[in-house]
Amino acid sequence: MPKLYSGAEIVFKCLEDQGVEFIFGYPGGAVLPIYDELKNFNSIKHILVRHEQGAGHAAEGYARSSGKPGVLLVTSGPGATNAVTALTDAYMDSVPLVCISGQVPTHLIGTDAFQECDTTGITRPCTKHNWLVKDINDLGKTIHKAFEVATTGRPGPVLVDIPKDVQFKKSKYINFKKQKKLNGKVHNKFSQKNIDELIKLMDKASKPIFYTGGGVVNSGPRASELLRELVNITGFPITSTLQGLGSYPGEDSQFLGMLGMHGSYEANNAMHDCDLMINIGARFDDRITGKIDEFSPKSKKVHIDIDPSSINKNVKVDLPIVGDVAEVISFTIKTIKKIKPNFAKSNKQKISKWWEKIQKWRSINSFDFVNSTETIKPQYAIQRLYELTKNKDTYVTTEVGQHQMWAAQHYKFDKPNRWMTSGGLGTMGYGLPAAVGVQVAHPKKLVIDIAGEASVLMTMQEMSTAVQYNLPIKIFILNNEYMGMVRQWQELLHDKNYSESYTAALPDFVKLAEAYGCVGIRATKPEELDDKIIEMINTDRPVIFDCLVDKEENCFPMIPSGKPHNQMLLGPKDQKQNKITGKGKILV
Amino acid sequence: MSKSKSAYSIPGKMGKLDTHIIVVWVDNEAGVLARVVGLFSGRGYNIESLAVAEVDMRLNISRITIVTTGTPQVIEQIKLQLKKLVPVHKVADFKREDKNVIFKEMALFKVVGSNKTKEKALKACKKYNAVILDKTKKSYVIQITALRREIDIISKNLKKFGLVSVSRTGAVAMTRGSEIFK
Repeated sequence: MPKLYSGAEIVFKCLEDQGVEFIFGYPGGAVLPIYDELKNFNSIKHILVRHEQGAGHAAEGYARSSGKPGVLLVTSGPGATNAVTALTDAYMDSVPLVCISGQVPTHLIGTDAFQECDTTGITRPCTKHNWLVKDINDLGKTIHKAFEVATTGRPGPVLVDIPKDVQFKKSKYINFKKQKKLNGKVHNKFSQKNIDELIKLMDKASKPIFYTGGGVVNSGPRASELLRELVNITGFPITSTLQGLGSYPGEDSQFLGMLGMHGSYEANNAMHDCDLMINIGARFDDRITGKIDEFSPKSKKVHIDIDPSSINKNVKVDLPIVGDVAEVISFTIKTIKKIKPNFAKSNKQKISKWWEKIQKWRSINSFDFVNSTETIKPQYAIQRLYELTKNKDTYVTTEVGQHQMWAAQHYKFDKPNRWMTSGGLGTMGYGLPAAVGVQVAHPKKLVIDIAGEASVLMTMQEMSTAVQYNLPIKIFILNNEYMGMVRQWQELLHDKNYSESYTAALPDFVKLAEAYGCVGIRATKPEELDDKIIEMINTDRPVIFDCLVDKEENCFPMIPSGKPHNQMLLGPKDQKQNKITGKGKILV
Repeated sequence: MSKSKSAYSIPGKMGKLDTHIIVVWVDNEAGVLARVVGLFSGRGYNIESLAVAEVDMRLNISRITIVTTGTPQVIEQIKLQLKKLVPVHKVADFKREDKNVIFKEMALFKVVGSNKTKEKALKACKKYNAVILDKTKKSYVIQITALRREIDIISKNLKKFGLVSVSRTGAVAMTRGSEIFK
């Protein structure tokens, strides 16, 4: 007779077998049996958050910085609904999460029992898949399947809903062996013919560009290394989406910076004028393409993606290659080396004019801003933060808004998995709990949340989590008292009617930090900024840094006005700036 | 439209709307229909008709036949998304005008009236292999298996002959010849 385990034990047996070290969660009535079992599994540490959304974002931060799936444990009803924002965020940005939720006992499902909700119904459109486990004998294999679905193909969140009576019931547990072939649903579907075709296009191109995205990061560190090699042997320029930052060194001369609505002038113009666009693990998001009809009109487009449904979704492409980024690049490099060992040399001449053109765009210096000796400019604050932390292998998370774009523009990454930001869903309040998760995964590293004062207040309660577990995260708030991006749109599009975008009563962030039991630092003048940042870095406790910045600074450059990539609005230094009118207002 | 101040782009040209019959083989489990249908409703697409039943009892597989109308791009996207769903085994897509595919729907009509009306009703649907399933002094229940538009016509014609109730299934589809869809 094999040993019988309770459902709660099986949950932990599964997590143990999956190599899970941390779970982020919050207890409640319908998960109490699972929480009761926690003490018997020493290899798994539970991080108690202050709100289930925080658990979700922390698990996302953990997953994105470590490459392992994030696990969260929440109770039924409000526990599950609070996690929905984080699950949706993970779904949009392809982050592997496994959410285990408690449910009311099976016989009460559908009776409007206390803390009951239709969790699988609510989370169906925001997970890759979800399960309601009604039979204890299915529990073990369901949880293992959940990990498989979350981590294979294009990663994403999954949810396993476990009624309380199932947590008590007993069943056998069959030890899990990781199968070698894990990609049940998505295979590498490309062939050597695709690769040959790609190389033929690359050979013909005189104005090529690589456009890379989060898929490179998701494909693992090897993909980033291979990408560097590919860019190096081809000599092509490369630009990256918001999510792809770090997969190619930000300070390299072949890197044109981020592209898109607030991307660099050179990246967007190169995208518009190129004759060959090689999309590696990006998805032609609307913040990238601007006006679709005029998006890169003269180029052949290649799209490398593991998810077949990403191909031809927004932009029609000429050569789709469905496969894992690392595999595709690896094959491409091998083939180039075999059939065109002198690719870079033979190609240099051909694309030299293209590089000249790019250098001309680059000389505009589109991320430039008018600095001040009176007030701290937000861009300056991030530049200083970067200079003072760049040699420390720093991990950066952000909230959503102007500060996020400035961080993407001015903070340069040279490794993948160092940059965690909510791109797809654009969740204000993402950065602080994500930093908690990152710090859990990398306890010795410097973790900074570049924040706005409005965003950070949405999940501020997680400071309490950081203090409880001695997680020395640094919350670097660019405080302009406005919801900056909302204010910017209102200034440019809504005749400066700043409707409800000013927060008239903000907490004193230094005192707030003290109230949470961490350290508060405030900087108000440019000349004191460096010293204060160094003080923050040297503090081995959680810090809230209140950086009072120019209240009316706008984020430039930007693609405005129903316009394509080659008609960007530059900053105040640019004299030719045209006003946004009529039709154009829609695109911003 | 030009005065709109939304944060998103102006819609480009709309593709042509086509009617498609999408056939999906799925694991017969709770929630699977909601997952499939959710891909349509989430895009604001109406499902014209739907037919679902288990077709393989041993493997526990159901066959879902969905008739819907959409632009080629959205239909393509729905198909690719369907293929990604965990309980989905395969997906087929046919256009309504496809000559290689047989489409059939079934309908039940209840007509009430005098013998004369009832006979007229029967006559009106004679062309379509009407089967009388139930007969009383006052009423008939007539079964018709035909194409959607034929059933539409019968339905319209029977209105004059005491039609009191109609019940229709969704379309089911199958390819002609010896080939099967893989």
